[in-house]
Amino acid sequence: MKAASCLVHLRWNKASAEAADNNKGRKTLESDVAVSQSGMNAGTKAMRVCCQSASQKQGGTGMAKTAIKKRKRITKDQWTAIGFLLPSFILIVIFVYGFIGWTGYVSLSNYNSIVPDFSFAGLKNYIYLFHDFRFQADLRNTVFFTIFFILLVIVLGGGLAILIDQKLKGESFFRNIFLFPMALSFIVTGVVWQWLLNPSTGFNTFLKFFGIQPKWYTDTNILAGFQWGSIEFGIPVAIIAVVLAAVWQMTGFSMAMYLAGLRGIPDELREAARMDGATEFQVYRKIVLPILMPITVSVIIIMAHISLKIFDLIYAMTGSGANFVTDVPGVYMFETTFRGNYYANGAAIAIVMLLLVAIFIVPYLWSARKGDNA
Amino acid sequence: MKKMYGVILLLVLAMVVAACSSSDDDGKSADAGSKKGDGGKNQVEIFSWWTGAGEEDGLLALIDKFQEENPDLKVKNAAVAGGAGTNAKAVLATRMQGNDPPSTFQVHGGEELNKSWVAADKMEPLDDLYKENDWMDKFPKDLIDLVSNDGKIYSVPVDIHRGNVIFYNKKVFEENGIDVPKTFDEFVTAADKLKKAGVTPLAMGDKESWTATMIFENVLLAELGPDDYIKLFKGDIAFDDKRVVESAKKFGKLLDYINDDHASRNWQDSAQLVANGDAAMLNMGDWAKGYFVNDLKLKTNKDFGYFAFPGTEGNFSIITDTFGLPKGIDNPDEVKKFLTFLGSTEAQDIFNPLKGSIPARVDADESKYDEYGKDTMADFKEASLVPSLAHGSAASEGFLTKANQAVNIFVTQKDVDTLIQSLKNAAPEM
Repeated sequence: MKAASCLVHLRWNKASAEAADNNKGRKTLESDVAVSQSGMNAGTKAMRVCCQSASQKQGGTGMAKTAIKKRKRITKDQWTAIGFLLPSFILIVIFVYGFIGWTGYVSLSNYNSIVPDFSFAGLKNYIYLFHDFRFQADLRNTVFFTIFFILLVIVLGGGLAILIDQKLKGESFFRNIFLFPMALSFIVTGVVWQWLLNPSTGFNTFLKFFGIQPKWYTDTNILAGFQWGSIEFGIPVAIIAVVLAAVWQMTGFSMAMYLAGLRGIPDELREAARMDGATEFQVYRKIVLPILMPITVSVIIIMAHISLKIFDLIYAMTGSGANFVTDVPGVYMFETTFRGNYYANGAAIAIVMLLLVAIFIVPYLWSARKGDNA
Repeated sequence: MKKMYGVILLLVLAMVVAACSSSDDDGKSADAGSKKGDGGKNQVEIFSWWTGAGEEDGLLALIDKFQEENPDLKVKNAAVAGGAGTNAKAVLATRMQGNDPPSTFQVHGGEELNKSWVAADKMEPLDDLYKENDWMDKFPKDLIDLVSNDGKIYSVPVDIHRGNVIFYNKKVFEENGIDVPKTFDEFVTAADKLKKAGVTPLAMGDKESWTATMIFENVLLAELGPDDYIKLFKGDIAFDDKRVVESAKKFGKLLDYINDDHASRNWQDSAQLVANGDAAMLNMGDWAKGYFVNDLKLKTNKDFGYFAFPGTEGNFSIITDTFGLPKGIDNPDEVKKFLTFLGSTEAQDIFNPLKGSIPARVDADESKYDEYGKDTMADFKEASLVPSLAHGSAASEGFLTKANQAVNIFVTQKDVDTLIQSLKNAAPEM
């Protein structure tokens, strides 16, 4: 289970141009673990393996192409490689990048009813969106959802990993317990937490004893709010309830990643630090956490793309919420496209979401590329 | 060795091609059986979102009966699950635009039909069918108008639901000494009394905001009256009309009486509040009756009662499911047989008692319906019919989406000007 879902996420994360090939994916996983190890064994074999597999996954097809250019003769191996990669390459070019391009094209058109109209509209749809109350609220919600979600997942996931790494008894039991929520889909999580945090049933019947009745996801208050555009900008209280559910689900995953990183740190390093008189806190502060940095980057990127694209959890748990306090671009996109038939507006939302994810992914790809060249 | 690689490569490619083409075949044969294969001409594919408890029984009973009468035809039930047809509509849009229409499909009468499929020139007119079967005086004229565009009729209505009904908990009304309110002011008086007694006067569950939009449209109907209500959605009356502004204010007033946790509830959850006696009243389409009677085991006129939304007595806000004939299908004659069957009293009296709706025909057999059904059928014959906005009959889906958004914002902010302005901005898309 763990390995399988790691694969899925890592593949998403890399946005690699490879088809669903388990072996390749496993290599990806290993390479990430290798990255964390290479923190202290730079220049070792592990690093080389990592670089190799990284370059393979980065541009398997690119490699084949440059091979064609450089040499006249193409070896049998390369023919095989091309043969295996070509089908998935073609499919992905058409069905991923082709359709991204098509979505971009539709987003610039007047296709806002059931009757297709591809006349050029310029940025009309985008301008409409950025003036739209609902979309502004969506962006605000996404920002705060992403910040809280990533922070909590890192802090809790890292904390749990450190606790579990204390060589305690029944370690695998706890590991599985914390990892278990990940086996559920966001829809299940959403339905369950919708009941748990329902203001009139659920958790509140317990809180009644303490005389507090939070309104959870039905709360329409905006903390530290001020007028900005047509919305009140601030922290929507309702989004915190959704963050709780998302964190509950994804913390186990970041814990597993941190645990893998911690396991890669040899005891000698910590021992040496202790010998030099470092306190246990200093060992973590100065040795362990810096070595775990690459893991943190991976966690941020994986969680960021989940939170920016989140749809199912919100859809099952809260819907758009009163005054759109829990609405996100994904839900808006779905409703405006498939209920309202505003295809061009929906396409524009999709493109904005793509750009948001790109903000996180592109620097990562860039740095990964640089790492390869070095 | 070289040969080996060649063979492997070929195999891989062959597999890819085979995988693509075979899935393609599956898709086509599953979706458009009428186009290919044996007896495709004899297949009638019925596309709907009737997958809920009573409605699915009704649909299956219909299909059985039709099959019995037409053994040479093959009926295929292509229902897509999902409340209010959200998913079904997305699937339908894909199929219609891919020129792969089902033989006939469910669509709400009104602008959902006219502004999308008729406007896109995807529907065949059915005037001949109406003449052949002598239907012109069997359906109310207002209803035929609703499924017509530019003088041509485009679909056959099967069932009718009413949207301007308030269901109330009889016990709560009796305990607090409240009579059925006839006007808005009486309603407010009653609501204040209930509120003082610690009962939520009006239950609402706007996790999906159309429930709030229903309340608003009923206030509009009460304020404008049926003729001007229709004019409003035809664009002949502007949304900044004095009476529309007044409606928005009254709507805001009503929102003072709803339950606090409305955003966490769907309509069934809000109906439960009334059933439990935590809330007194619920404005909902009369499918809520089916929910009260079948799911919550309550008795009509004993546990719960019903009355027309204050100020809308004599009016009937209709939600009607209809079936039309798409262009570009192979066997329009066979499909017309099915549509003829759907329009018959026989079919309507099979389907509607099971679904809990009333027949669209005025000459159906009343004895087959329950107490509520009989009452509503009597109203249906007399009342002036108006299309419901919240269910896609009064305006296009696009306008409805924007109206729902504006109403959702209004429920929290209660800012009349913003609501009116949003509706005005969206008005060109009606």
